[in-house]
Amino acid sequence: MTLRILQGPSSMTSDSLSTAPATDTAPLEIPDINLWSGFAATFKRDITVAFRSRGDIANPLIFFLIVITMVPLGISPERDTLALLAPGMIWVVALLATLLSLDGLFRTDYEDGSLEQLLISPHPLYFIVISKVLVHWLMTGLPLTITAPILGVMLSLPNQGYMPLIASLAIGTGVLSLIGAIGSALTVGLRKGGLLLSLIIMPLYVPVLIFGASAVSSASEGFPFVGQLAILGAFLAMAMILAPFAAAGALRISVNG
Amino acid sequence: MDWTWFHRLGSPRWFYEKSSVWLPYLWVLTASLLIAGSVWGLAFSPADAKQGNSYRIIYIHVPAAFLALAGYYVMAISGAVGLIWRIKVAELTMRAAAPIGAVLTFVSLFTGAVWGKPTWGTWWVWDARITSMLILFFLYLGVMALHNAFTHEETANKASAILALVGTVNIPIIYKSVDWWFTLHQPATIKFTSESTIDPSMLYPLLIMVIGFYALYALALILRTRVEILKRERRTKWVKALALGSA
Repeated sequence: MTLRILQGPSSMTSDSLSTAPATDTAPLEIPDINLWSGFAATFKRDITVAFRSRGDIANPLIFFLIVITMVPLGISPERDTLALLAPGMIWVVALLATLLSLDGLFRTDYEDGSLEQLLISPHPLYFIVISKVLVHWLMTGLPLTITAPILGVMLSLPNQGYMPLIASLAIGTGVLSLIGAIGSALTVGLRKGGLLLSLIIMPLYVPVLIFGASAVSSASEGFPFVGQLAILGAFLAMAMILAPFAAAGALRISVNG
Repeated sequence: MDWTWFHRLGSPRWFYEKSSVWLPYLWVLTASLLIAGSVWGLAFSPADAKQGNSYRIIYIHVPAAFLALAGYYVMAISGAVGLIWRIKVAELTMRAAAPIGAVLTFVSLFTGAVWGKPTWGTWWVWDARITSMLILFFLYLGVMALHNAFTHEETANKASAILALVGTVNIPIIYKSVDWWFTLHQPATIKFTSESTIDPSMLYPLLIMVIGFYALYALALILRTRVEILKRERRTKWVKALALGSA
C-alpha cells in the first residue's frame, strides 16, 4: 500500500525528497512504513555519509596503531614482556578507540537537525538506533578487528592467540558500540560531550574488557577460550535487546528536553 | 484502598512539610543508634584474636559498604519512578542520592585501605570486592558528572535517571565478571578470614551500626531532598513565605 499526501516534507531520506516533484500541488509519494523501511533507509543514508568522509574511518585505526607503538617505547621491547601484555593492551586500546569515535555517532545528525526528523518520523526509533549503531560498528569495530592481528604481530602475540583475538574483538566491539550509543545519546545535546561520554560509559565496559582480554590471554597460554567468547556473545545479545531502548529514550530527552 | 497519600507524596510542598515533622524523630533515632553501636563496638566488644583492635574499623567499613550498594538502587529506583510517573519528588531524591552514595562508597574504600594496611600489609589489593566497589564509585561519579553537565534541570534529571537505570542493569554483570576475573587471577599471598564465624559479641554492635547507617542514610537523603526542593521551588509563594518567615 502506498500512502499519498499533499505537499509537505515526507521522510528523512534524501532520495525520496529528490525524486519528489517540485510543484506544490503534486502529490508526494512516501514509501511503506514498516520496521524494515526505517532501518534500511537510515542504514543507506548513514553508510553513504560515512563513505563520503572516509578520513573519519581511518582516525580510530591510526589512534590504535600509535598507542600500540607507544607500548614497547614506554615499557620494554622484550618479546616476552610484550607477549604478556599484548591481549590486554590491544583490548584496552580498541576500547579507547571505540570511545573516541562514539562522540560523532549522533552529533552531526543533532547539529543539522536530521535527528529531530528521525524522532518525529513514524518509524520506530529502536530500529533507527540499531541501524546507526550497525553503521558505527562497520566503520570502527570491524576495521579495528581487521587491524588487530597486525598489532598482535607488533606485540609478539603467540600464534594461538590470533583466532580468539579476532573473534573476541568482532563480538566485543559490537557490544561496545551498542552500550556506547547510550552514552552518545545522553551527551549529544551537550557542547563538550566527549570526555563526559568516556567517563560515564567506561565503567559499563568493564565486563566486556574482562572477558575479551581473558579470551585472548587464556588462548595464548594454551587454555580453552570458547567459554569467554560465549559470554561475550551473551553480552551482545543482551545489549542488542536493551541498549537501543535506553539510547532511544536518551535521544528523546536530549532533543526534547 | 485510598491512594491519595501516594499522590500527595509527589508534591514537593507536601513532602517538605511532612518531612519537617519526621526529621526530629529521625535525628534522635540515628544519633542514639550510632552512639550506642559505636560505644559498644569500640569500647565493650572484645578485641579480635588475630587482628587485635584494628578490626574495629569494621563498624564503619561494613555499614558504609552496605549502604553504598543499597544507595545505588535507591537512586536508580527513584530515577525510574521519576521517569515513569513524572513524580517531581522522586527526581529530586535521585539527584540527592548520588552524592551520598558516592561519599559512602568512598568511605568504604578508604576504611578498607586503612584496614588493609595493618592486616594485609598493603593499602590496595586488586581483590574482586574492592574492584567492584571502585567501579561502583565510578558509576556514581558518572551520574553526578552527567547531571552537572546539563544546564536545564529537567533534562539533567531525566538523563541521569536513564544512566542510573543502565547502571543498575550492569551492576550484577559487573560484579559477576569481576568475581570471575578475580578467581582467575587470585593472588596467593592474601587470605580472607571468613566473616560467617563472627562472634555474637562483635555481631550485635555491628548490626546496630548497620541499622544506624540506614537511619543516617535516610536522614541525609531527606535533608538533601529538602534542599533540592527549596532550590527547585524557589520562585513559588510557599518557599518565599517560608524564607521570609524564618528570616
